[in-house]
Amino acid sequence: MRTISFDGVIVGGGGAGMRAALQLAQSGYKTAVISKVFPTRSHTVSAQGGITCAIASADPQDDWRWHMYDTVKGSDYIGDQDAIEYMCSVGPEAIFELEHMGLPFSRTEEGRIYQRPFGGQSKNFGEGGQAARTCAAADRTGHALLHTLYQNNVKNETVFFNEWFATDLVNNQDGAVVGVIAICIETGETVYVKSKATVFATGGAGRIYASTTNAHINTGDGVGMALRAGVPVQDMEMWQFHPTGIYGAGTLVTEGCRGEGGYLINADGERFMERYAPNAKDLAGRDVVARSMILEILEGRGCGPDGDHVKLKLDHLGEEVLESRLPGICELSRTFAHVDPVKEPIPVVPTCHYMMGGIPTNIHGQALTVDAAGNDQVIPGLYACGEVACVSVHGANRLGGNSLLDLVVFGRASGLFIEDALRQGIEMRDASVTDIESANERLVSLNERNDGENVSALRRELQGVMQNYFGVFRKGEFMQEGIKKLDDLKGRIDNVKLEDKSNAFNTARVECLELQNLFETAEATAIVAEARKESRGAHAREDFTERNDEEWLCHSIYHREGRAVSKRSVNFTPKTVDTFQPKVRTY
Amino acid sequence: MLQVSVYRFNPETDAAPQMQEYQVETGGKDLMVLDVLEMIKAEHDASVTYRRSCREGVCGSDGLNINGKNGLACITPLSDAVKKNKLVLRPLPGLPVVRDLVVDMSLFYAQYEKIEPYLQNNSPAPAIERLQTPEDRAKLDGLYECILCACCSTSCPSFWWNPDRFVGPAGLLQAYRFLADSRDQATDERLAKLDDPFSVFRCHGIQNCVNVCPKGLNPTRAIGHIRTMLLNRAA
Repeated sequence: MRTISFDGVIVGGGGAGMRAALQLAQSGYKTAVISKVFPTRSHTVSAQGGITCAIASADPQDDWRWHMYDTVKGSDYIGDQDAIEYMCSVGPEAIFELEHMGLPFSRTEEGRIYQRPFGGQSKNFGEGGQAARTCAAADRTGHALLHTLYQNNVKNETVFFNEWFATDLVNNQDGAVVGVIAICIETGETVYVKSKATVFATGGAGRIYASTTNAHINTGDGVGMALRAGVPVQDMEMWQFHPTGIYGAGTLVTEGCRGEGGYLINADGERFMERYAPNAKDLAGRDVVARSMILEILEGRGCGPDGDHVKLKLDHLGEEVLESRLPGICELSRTFAHVDPVKEPIPVVPTCHYMMGGIPTNIHGQALTVDAAGNDQVIPGLYACGEVACVSVHGANRLGGNSLLDLVVFGRASGLFIEDALRQGIEMRDASVTDIESANERLVSLNERNDGENVSALRRELQGVMQNYFGVFRKGEFMQEGIKKLDDLKGRIDNVKLEDKSNAFNTARVECLELQNLFETAEATAIVAEARKESRGAHAREDFTERNDEEWLCHSIYHREGRAVSKRSVNFTPKTVDTFQPKVRTY
Repeated sequence: MLQVSVYRFNPETDAAPQMQEYQVETGGKDLMVLDVLEMIKAEHDASVTYRRSCREGVCGSDGLNINGKNGLACITPLSDAVKKNKLVLRPLPGLPVVRDLVVDMSLFYAQYEKIEPYLQNNSPAPAIERLQTPEDRAKLDGLYECILCACCSTSCPSFWWNPDRFVGPAGLLQAYRFLADSRDQATDERLAKLDDPFSVFRCHGIQNCVNVCPKGLNPTRAIGHIRTMLLNRAA
């Protein structure tokens, strides 16, 4: 097998990966991005409403500490306060950098960046009413951001391995990460990509669910590779269900719709969020809105012949606002819901959207494991940023607009830290032939196997199990049943059959490898969801309906070996502000 | 049963491309073309090869030639495409085929890179954002939304004949996106690099690009603006 060597390798060409790559490319170190799709096809492109940050445009008095308060509260108090402090305080600098790179933000009359209200936002630590803190480029902010980052990587001559798929991590004899095995999809060649710093920016895994806003490519590749290499994952029970996925299609309708004044109605035409969140109404936390919608449906007030969705009303905003502020939504709604939002409400339903959990990291993007004594240990050579990482700024529930900020701030932070580490010198022992062969075992066994089941059928079955047993509301006995079904699927997915053994652009092979990553992600989710016996943020249990701070004001940690679940402390010690103490969370 | 005819070519085993027929049960639903491809791959033939990602028309992966017209498979409903119960799927024309419906986009991306698709402004950046009026920002609407799907450039005869020298509608739309940006200072350098008989002037205004753009953008108009700027510069 051929070896290619770099100082830094970034796996994933979305927002986080390209922001990290840009930092490293500018530093002059030999850097490469491995992306399974051309970078502008990454899922960041689908982000719509914006990037939340206290740049004090809409409100000159705005303060990053207010944003921090909202984020801690939104996380239901298991977001790490040092990381949230870092994200919210560094955020404005990171946003202005993006603007200087050319990001075409929408503008205010003063010429500043336009900001819109989003859910869970407040002024003055929850005391000053709704804030407008989400910076937007119409409703195509992710597209604008991703293209801007790609363009600036072109400018800085970053090396891209586009349409290459990383299959597994390579560990050396000391347990350090020294690169990845990757396949060139176009030719089928398998290569060992050696690196002093391997950054996972592989994004989410929404495709573990049958109904998701996520792209086909969101298959948890980073989570799968990490778990197989003995790296633990954190808070995997925390999956965000976005309140407004288009009914039937699953495509996203931005929270910005409600930020601009839209609201949800049930079959009676009632604005039901007034009952569930009297103050914030439709702009309560996403977990709160999604649960309220499901309750409306369960109590028989859903819309349509099957009463299985609600509607998002926008027509009262007028055609001009809709076409200027939400043009992409108008387009999506006409295409996928066959509804013109200028005239009629859009049918919507809570839809899997975002993985709050992931590889635990510190604020420099260094991946962490927890030793037997419960102490954090840095994993040499491995970094993670963006959705695959759990740094954790989102805790049990992410606020809208915080994912783009997360990926820019921590992509940048990882790049800065690695640049510094490279300057000081990184020494790691080379991987042996056995180390490389062992990392390549999964691929070899897939290529050699001639029996087994069809990838599409197995994937559909997995997605069905997750959808039915690990959705918005969860219950112990159901989850145990779901875990049994996953146990049955495990061996079958390990032995998935690849019929087409050809080399040139073999997407069937990629789909088999992705399915195994989906399974690792799903299994981790199921085991910790069953283990966390409380309701917090996005994790709502019918058998443990209350938040239990005595026992569960902590992160969950999942190790693949023995499917072991342990607890890890949440950081409550920000550097420059007082700790935000857990309170009852109401909107 | 929908009759689907798919262009097949595997460089490892096939001497020449051929069309392969599939009968797909759509249940009478008005599916998207991508849904049909997913059904073929899942239930008929896992070796059928195409690109796809977002399935909502924003990532630009699945540009195809659908019943003779370029478009995105994920947002083209069967009701818009199918004629006489037949759906013919071919790769985007004019670029080398890698396998089946996957084309080699290198030339297309090279033209995009050639126009230096990034903001150029050498004045010291302020501590906050650079200011831009809503009116100046509005000049970027209809330009920045390009998703690089290549539906336009691969429907353009001028790009077919000179893919190495004519920038093509997608590249030129982005060239104008930066020429039109009040924050960009490289207008003259940008125009100088486009000022030859091929880069811009191979456009003959036949508007195939406008006709196929899945995002409703108008490259021909942008090219017209560049022409005017080039002519004014020469005058």
